[in-house]
Amino acid sequence: MKAAASSQGLSMPNIRPGRIVAWTLLFIGGVIMVTPLLFMLSTSLKDASQVYDLRVIPEAPTLDNYIEILGDGRFTRWLLNSTLVAVIVTLSNVFFDSLVGYTLAKFRFRGRYIVFIAILSTLMIPTEMLVLPWYLMASQFGWIDSYWGIMFPGMMTAFGTFLMKQFFEGVPDDFLEAARIDGLNEFTIWWKIAMPLITPALSALAIFTFLGNWTAFFWPLIVTTSAELYTLPVGLSSFAVEQSIQWEKIMTGASIATLPTLIIFLFLQRYIVRGVMLAGLKG
Amino acid sequence: MATIELERLVKRFGPATVVHGIDLSIQDGEFVVLVGPSGCGKSTTLRMIAGLEEISDGTIRIDGRVVNELQPRDRNIAMVFQNYAIYPHVTVAENIAFGLYRSKLSKSEKRRRVEQVAETLGLTHLLERRPSALSGGQRQRVAIGRAMVRDPAAFLFDEPLSNLDAQLRTQMRIEIKRLHHRLGTTSVFVTHDQVEAMTMADRIVVMREGRILQVGTPLELYEKPVDVFTARFIGSPTMNLLPASLKDGGAALAVGGSVRAPLASATSSEILVGARPHDLVPSSAGSEGLTVSGTVAVVETLGSETLVHIESAGQTIIGSAPGRQIPRIGEHLTLHAPAEKLYYFDKATEKALTAR
Repeated sequence: MKAAASSQGLSMPNIRPGRIVAWTLLFIGGVIMVTPLLFMLSTSLKDASQVYDLRVIPEAPTLDNYIEILGDGRFTRWLLNSTLVAVIVTLSNVFFDSLVGYTLAKFRFRGRYIVFIAILSTLMIPTEMLVLPWYLMASQFGWIDSYWGIMFPGMMTAFGTFLMKQFFEGVPDDFLEAARIDGLNEFTIWWKIAMPLITPALSALAIFTFLGNWTAFFWPLIVTTSAELYTLPVGLSSFAVEQSIQWEKIMTGASIATLPTLIIFLFLQRYIVRGVMLAGLKG
Repeated sequence: MATIELERLVKRFGPATVVHGIDLSIQDGEFVVLVGPSGCGKSTTLRMIAGLEEISDGTIRIDGRVVNELQPRDRNIAMVFQNYAIYPHVTVAENIAFGLYRSKLSKSEKRRRVEQVAETLGLTHLLERRPSALSGGQRQRVAIGRAMVRDPAAFLFDEPLSNLDAQLRTQMRIEIKRLHHRLGTTSVFVTHDQVEAMTMADRIVVMREGRILQVGTPLELYEKPVDVFTARFIGSPTMNLLPASLKDGGAALAVGGSVRAPLASATSSEILVGARPHDLVPSSAGSEGLTVSGTVAVVETLGSETLVHIESAGQTIIGSAPGRQIPRIGEHLTLHAPAEKLYYFDKATEKALTAR
């Protein structure tokens, strides 16, 4: 009896009641999060007649929806639009946010603090309030229904600038001074020395920006009028409006749209976690 | 190679003045060490020479040319930093090659130079490695390599050894010194470690609170400190300073003992008598010089000699006994230093008084 108790104690040393509770909660959370995705995938494999049959595993799984959607020129166009917009906005953010962040972190100049506060304060304005001025601006400049119209509000973000500033502050001045003595000019110091030193932060910013723009719905919906310029989320929603709601098509499109996000998370998980951690610690 | 001249050099940070108009002239090929406690302005001075810190007033000349307004890259100097500042994202070879960033040499010539420097510093087998795969000493050598490769007018070292462990520090000290002998490049070295200053310098500049207290060769500073600060700072263990009152021709020590102080220029009656631990040895005493006695409190056996701390009238006095002679703790001991080895300071001004 005694021996059995002690051997049991030895084999399960780390399982405490607290852990069991935590795991249970995490498991429930996981199920709640995954279920809609599962239904999305499952519905995309059903034909129209089976859509309201709520079994997770379709009775007669079919790839017809995929074939049809991918064969639909509009869909591939939206996919392309989304990719284009997300990639350009991401590159722009990585470049400009870090350029401004670096300047704010590493140069002492008059009004530096005011500039920083001004940038930071824009974080407190909700997007919904910004949409109207954006729209007025876009219409004044004739940017409505254009790629530039979709992209311009996001080309630089206050959050990205703030994040980059925090990271550049962690770069020791010695590196920059050594480079200054080596004869690099200020731009080259930023590009060749400072930027590589904050690669983890840059990748976090790039991932967040890409995902944010990939899934962006509200602004692209407002600024675009012609179907050729829709991004994927806007385009998919139009499936629901134009025709009778074709759930299986919407779900198929959504499944395809989820792929890049999924791939990014799978392969760059390490950077995302680190980015979130760093951002949390720093910000 | 070049001379470096500082004239009434001033640095202010807002309302605080951290360097108070210092003058210093460094000869071509000289190895000068700026030494002092932290916050004495030595690093700021070095950074002003490098051009990393703007000067508030005064003039800096490198090789006769006023460089006050020049960018660091136009001053033809190289600098080695305390935490090495070698770039972690490129290889050792690329790090060293950064020193040639502005040079117009051909690619192959640059590579040849990098290889040559690497060979001098024993880094050849590490050229393709990243800094993260190097030890502290190797990283510091890479930093020196990056400075050397350009063949600059002067090397500036900002506490380059303080991040290394004791053994490595000694080794790098010798390596830097040897390098200086070979290259003969004017060097300015900043440290707070008096041993580094003593062992490496042609001339030492002792700084305190933004002012230069004394400039001289290591021996000059050791033998003729101009004030209490330098006397205490140079030499290890620290010089003993015993308060005493002058009384017609001699002096009365505040601690148990006696001293004959043949002072030429006694301006005040309260003085400090200095004796280096190395000169203060157990002896039955004599009439000349300094004699102190007290109770042995601590004994530090170093092998070559033994440091003996004795307590006398509340003050600890450090003396030294030959290696094999180890006093017991609690024992009553008399230490003696010959007259010619003593130092005298005015207690109020802390300035040195001349003997004889």
